[in-house]
Amino acid sequence: MLDSIVFYFFAGIAVLSAALMVTRRNAIHSAVFLITTLLSTAGIFLQLRAEFLFIGQIILYVGGIMVLFIFVIMLVRLDVPLPQIRSRARQWVACIVALVVFLEAAFIVWMSQKVPGQGLLVLRAAPAEKLPPNTEDLGKSLFGAYLLPFEIASILLLVAMIGAVVMGKKRTDAP
Amino acid sequence: MMPIGHYLFLSLALLLIGAVGVITRRNVIIVLMSIELILNAVNINLVAFSRYYGDVAGQVFALFIIADAAAEAAVGLGIIIAFFRNRETVLADEMDLLKW
Repeated sequence: MLDSIVFYFFAGIAVLSAALMVTRRNAIHSAVFLITTLLSTAGIFLQLRAEFLFIGQIILYVGGIMVLFIFVIMLVRLDVPLPQIRSRARQWVACIVALVVFLEAAFIVWMSQKVPGQGLLVLRAAPAEKLPPNTEDLGKSLFGAYLLPFEIASILLLVAMIGAVVMGKKRTDAP
Repeated sequence: MMPIGHYLFLSLALLLIGAVGVITRRNVIIVLMSIELILNAVNINLVAFSRYYGDVAGQVFALFIIADAAAEAAVGLGIIIAFFRNRETVLADEMDLLKW
């Protein structure tokens, strides 16, 4: 009971502020609403007993990535008075695409209820003792079975850092 | 504990809102923020399945996706800064340098 109250609270905030993020004219407002969405997603991670990801989401996304976004928004002139939507036609295309994908998902739900036995969407939670406070398990898994992807991710971050520096550098030799 | 469909529908809703943002907005920074929203929606899926199967692998994948999102944001914003320095705009309509 408490679980579902917490879930609906965070899910409502997440969806509402995501919709506001997409529709606001001012980019800073969008960024603030995206931060709200990310924080409520962190709440859902906590409700799903992913404590490390809860903290990682707050520190990395909200503390790192969004600060970067806000820096760039402040560095760049944004022309807020100009129309922010690309065109009416594109808006219609977007709405139709969203509707089609949603109907597709609803169709899958409907189909899965016709499957005999336990369908996918009525999957029940594993018992709580199968996923105890699991930061230690996450670390063991990350540095055991997933050591190679971990190292590749570190190389990816290094490459991205070098790329960002090269992109952001002021070019002095160009005319 | 709720059935997993609730989490899947939350994830789907966030993904669709992000997709609408990517298609409709002119401002490239907001397009990038919508992509972050889509990656975040994927993370909800992974963590929910990790919880429901009692397996920690989904959280590991979610962690990799967060690292990817950080890399993508850094490079994307670097490109935006470089583009703004050359063309004085961040609107997607005016990025037509490679168009004939």
